[in-house]
Amino acid sequence: MLKTRVIPVLLMKNGGLYKGINFKNHKYVGDPINTVKIFNDKEVDELVILDIEASKLNKSINFELLENIASEAFMPIAYGGGIKTLKDAQKLFSLGIEKVILNTSAIDDFDLVKKLVESYGSQSVVFCLDIKKSFFGKYEAYSFSGTKKAKMLPIELAKKMEELGVGELIINSINNDGVMKGYDLNIIKEIATQLTIPVIVCGGAGVLEDFKKAKEYGAHGCAAGSMFVYNGIHKAVLISYPKYEKLCELFKEN
Amino acid sequence: MIIVIDYGMGNLGSIANMIKKIGHKCLITSDLEEIKKATKLILPGVGSFDNGMKNLQERGMVEILNQKVLVEKTPILGICLGMQLMTKSSEEGSLSGLRWVDAQTKRFVSDTLKIPHMGWNIIKHQKNSQLFDEIEREKRFYFVHSYCVSCNQEADILTNTNYIQDFVSSFEKENIVGVQFHPEKSHKFGMNLIKNFVENF
Repeated sequence: MLKTRVIPVLLMKNGGLYKGINFKNHKYVGDPINTVKIFNDKEVDELVILDIEASKLNKSINFELLENIASEAFMPIAYGGGIKTLKDAQKLFSLGIEKVILNTSAIDDFDLVKKLVESYGSQSVVFCLDIKKSFFGKYEAYSFSGTKKAKMLPIELAKKMEELGVGELIINSINNDGVMKGYDLNIIKEIATQLTIPVIVCGGAGVLEDFKKAKEYGAHGCAAGSMFVYNGIHKAVLISYPKYEKLCELFKEN
Repeated sequence: MIIVIDYGMGNLGSIANMIKKIGHKCLITSDLEEIKKATKLILPGVGSFDNGMKNLQERGMVEILNQKVLVEKTPILGICLGMQLMTKSSEEGSLSGLRWVDAQTKRFVSDTLKIPHMGWNIIKHQKNSQLFDEIEREKRFYFVHSYCVSCNQEADILTNTNYIQDFVSSFEKENIVGVQFHPEKSHKFGMNLIKNFVENF
């Protein structure tokens, strides 16, 4: 069985799917239900859905849409965006969402992370570490969809989340987001080697070879947005996903 | 009609949509009259053992299901908690199970591996069944569970899966089938299984 996971990431706002560059200039790429149906046909093993406005604009979670998405998805789904309470998480699980992804609320409230882990288990709680390089080349962690700098350094925050019991960590590079020129391998290596929980990398994947490199630098899973929703240099919207056999061959697994 | 039994344990939308996708009709319901008329039954479920049994009892479903499954021999597929409820008991709770299969539901115990067992895993066939097209090819399914089934009759075991130990990932006893994994979240592998249950049983 394939061990390295390859995960499409869909960004949602106002009930539609969008894709941007460096967490900005988001362009409409399609309807979530239709897109999930296409990923069903492509036999995707898991899907990440992030609401990029919920925390930033303090909007409530779009439970109704998520329930419809979960009903259409023939694969497990992880959701992030605007999760503030145990009750939010409980409702998401009952609608058929398998994992919750935290960023803003986890950084602001360590206790919430702890309680979520206690109530639903480590395997259901994921922390998304949004990282941006400063003008001087220093890595910094962000919340509120990349708009607010966190006090702790990325590695400190990653270790703290592991200590609080989260089951996996997504390293999401704001600098590389949507650029499609490869992952930030240095930060992957720095963080992955200091954690025991699985690390998923996101931001920058453009070709299959990028997944292979990320694995060599310590990633357990590779996530991508643009690569799975765009096609060609003019970025025409076309949903795609590599065949299982191709991924086995790429990672030399199975 | 294929009936997906709604007893208040989780979102059943993806199961119903999968059945629709393979070209069959089904109904998600808790209506006892509809359950009585069912040609096939699906007992899904996510949650705790006692809650599941309590919900079946409170809705007056246990007696009707016993009649359908044990007397009329209507094919039934239990999924995840639904499978566990078909056993005699569970270490998760104190209530008796449906007792259709000579098996117990036990807790995973491990110092090193994480519980629940969550993620994709493969199955190993122990006997032939109409539920699977071919037994040679590797098939993977999505699992989420902290308890697992242990069968007392080896002949009932359909597949095993390894996590911490070998456990029963599916059983089949006449018209009664149970799977620990989630076919509705296991895309083509799950769809094949559901299709085979609907068309071959």
